[in-house]
Amino acid sequence: MTEFETPLLRLIPLLPLLGAAICMFAASTERRPLAKIVGPGSVLVAFLLVLFAIARFWQLEEGHSLVDLVSTWIDVSPLRVDLAFRLDALTSVMLLVVAGVGFLIHLYSLGYMHDDPDLPRFFAYLNLFTAAMLVLVLADSLPVLFIGWEGVGLCSYLLIGFWYSDPANADAGRKAFVANRVGDAAFLTGLFLLFWSLAAAGSPTLAFTDVNRLAPELALRSPGIVTAICLLLLVGATGKSAQIPLYIWLPDAMAGPTPVSALIHAATMVTAGVYMMARLSPLFVESPTAMQVVATIGAVTAVFAASIALVQRDLKKILAYSTISQIGYMVLGVGVGAFAAGVFHLMTHAFFKALLFLGAGSVMHALHGELDVFKMGGLKRHLPITSKTFLVGTLAIAGVPPLAAFFSKDMVLEAAFMHGHPVLWLLGVIAAGLTAFYMFRAYFLAFEGESRMDHEVEAHVHESPSTMTIPLVILSVLSIVGGWVGLPHGFLWGDRFGRYLEPVLAQAAHGAHAEGHAVEAGGATPLLLMLVTTAVAFGAIFAAWKMYARPSTVPDEMQARFPRIYDLLWGKYWVDEIYDTFILQPYAAASRFFWKVIDASVIDGTVNGVASFFGGAASAGRRLQTGNVQHYAFAMLLGAVFTAGVYWLWR
Amino acid sequence: MGVPVGHYLALSAVLFSIGALGVLLRRNLIVVFMAIELMLNAVNLTFVALARQQQSMDGQVIVFFVMTVAAAEAAVGLAIILANFAQRRTLDADEIDDLRG
Repeated sequence: MTEFETPLLRLIPLLPLLGAAICMFAASTERRPLAKIVGPGSVLVAFLLVLFAIARFWQLEEGHSLVDLVSTWIDVSPLRVDLAFRLDALTSVMLLVVAGVGFLIHLYSLGYMHDDPDLPRFFAYLNLFTAAMLVLVLADSLPVLFIGWEGVGLCSYLLIGFWYSDPANADAGRKAFVANRVGDAAFLTGLFLLFWSLAAAGSPTLAFTDVNRLAPELALRSPGIVTAICLLLLVGATGKSAQIPLYIWLPDAMAGPTPVSALIHAATMVTAGVYMMARLSPLFVESPTAMQVVATIGAVTAVFAASIALVQRDLKKILAYSTISQIGYMVLGVGVGAFAAGVFHLMTHAFFKALLFLGAGSVMHALHGELDVFKMGGLKRHLPITSKTFLVGTLAIAGVPPLAAFFSKDMVLEAAFMHGHPVLWLLGVIAAGLTAFYMFRAYFLAFEGESRMDHEVEAHVHESPSTMTIPLVILSVLSIVGGWVGLPHGFLWGDRFGRYLEPVLAQAAHGAHAEGHAVEAGGATPLLLMLVTTAVAFGAIFAAWKMYARPSTVPDEMQARFPRIYDLLWGKYWVDEIYDTFILQPYAAASRFFWKVIDASVIDGTVNGVASFFGGAASAGRRLQTGNVQHYAFAMLLGAVFTAGVYWLWR
Repeated sequence: MGVPVGHYLALSAVLFSIGALGVLLRRNLIVVFMAIELMLNAVNLTFVALARQQQSMDGQVIVFFVMTVAAAEAAVGLAIILANFAQRRTLDADEIDDLRG
């Protein structure tokens, strides 16, 4: 692979970083306009730079990449890590998503946050996040990726707790941080293990190109270690990408401002885990066990989170569980070896989920923070643009052809089936049906039918300003056409997206399946699968329409007939409670034990005991000092008698 | 031959014991001081008696030293007692216990 040096790449993350610094110093009232210009502006310039860089990249031959070596970062023999950036096909997709969607969300924030007194701080964090995310996707080695990885985690924490005066928000931020920390610990362990085994193989490096080049050799030397590395990295990914078992922080993360939910907790940061696994795809394909685990986690998470979303009342919570479920699809795609499909779904998801979140933010904006879909209804009369764009997003996520998720989701499911995972395929189809149902439930409840709003609220409902609606319109266009780059095999221009990413991503290790795939591609099976998925989606939409588009008793009857299931879903499978009982409480009890017993009693007891022993001995001993001369004289006499006695006896 | 040396030693022991008990038991500092003098002189008596029995001058010389030291001691001791009395208006040894722990 030939590399072309260019100092351009370092500027891409640098600009938002400078923007963050400038916004931080624009906190005073008279400098507020500066933050309003610099905040979105720095990301816009970064986006233009991204376009420029990608234009240069496209002039290169296939398989070549742009590289920017800034400096040597760590040079402790034998480890040498360069602070270097690389732009290849996968990075170019991620850059477009991060900078493009990122800019739209910055623009939207101008309207959404316009009267928040902390707007400069908001843009500072948002810019810092963008910078960290750009470092993450541009990184040429795992340690550099880790800078971005931790940076986005920090910004996520800062932004979830943005309105920190409410303790619940601060708690949500902490929960996200701690859950991510658990994943990061595993991620780091995986990193160390990877370095260790690479060094043992005679190549102490952590650059992606070297890792991926040496992956087959590692697998040959010790397949168990490779599986362990992949599983540890997977745990890291489940933390960042909100998969079972570390997804619990994402629903709570909705405490942050809505643009944050759209940018960080839907479009970009939460997909970092998927990106990382795709980036290391040659390593992952060497471990069929790890791939099986990845695929299973993805498929189970997809169904699990979608089922919780069925009964939620909070619009943002519905979208949060939907995000977990959709990332489950991406992980499923990665796990079945269809890395391109996973990344494809990542991209389309960034479009339609950002659109849905921003739509929800627009609704919140109009209803003064109301999020309960049962207290909405009939909003399409008041919010024409929001409701239309939200409908586009809903259709897109539901997998209605020819919108974005139809192609990307279908590609993932087709790959799952074709690569020999019919059970996971079935789970994916069920999740697709659930997705279509709960999204249309939310849409019908919020935008159609009669109003159930409070009169006070209803009187003030208004469409959002143009800074908010323009991103909505752009994103809905992207949600419609975004999937057209990856059409099914043999249809018009076919899967250009997959071919574009081919030089970077590993092909599925199951060679036989891959061949079978190529043979059958023209056959009827993919078409049949597509029909099944689409039929399920339309069935679910129809059911949602029957149940929620107009006043209906069916939902209540369902709830009455299956109270157990309803409670289970409403209680989110009690996962928070289970974690609380089996992890947090024992942990707190152990901490209390170490505090009260080990620390306070044993350690402090020993130290204080020694002190009080000598204190006691001293206060007993000081009674000897009466200060009375005659007592001393008596002691002298006794001493003299004793000495004389000893002398006499000795003699 | 006059009084045997044993008698001198016995008298000396009695005098020393009376002095020692006086130092330990009496509370009046002046009396304690006198008891100390008694002990010194009991020892002097021993020295003299034994010097005579041994036909040696050493003991007698030491007695002169003891008497000079006792004179100096009396001067210093009485001065301390006077100064103490001037400050506390008491001669009771029990009440002078500033160094009690």
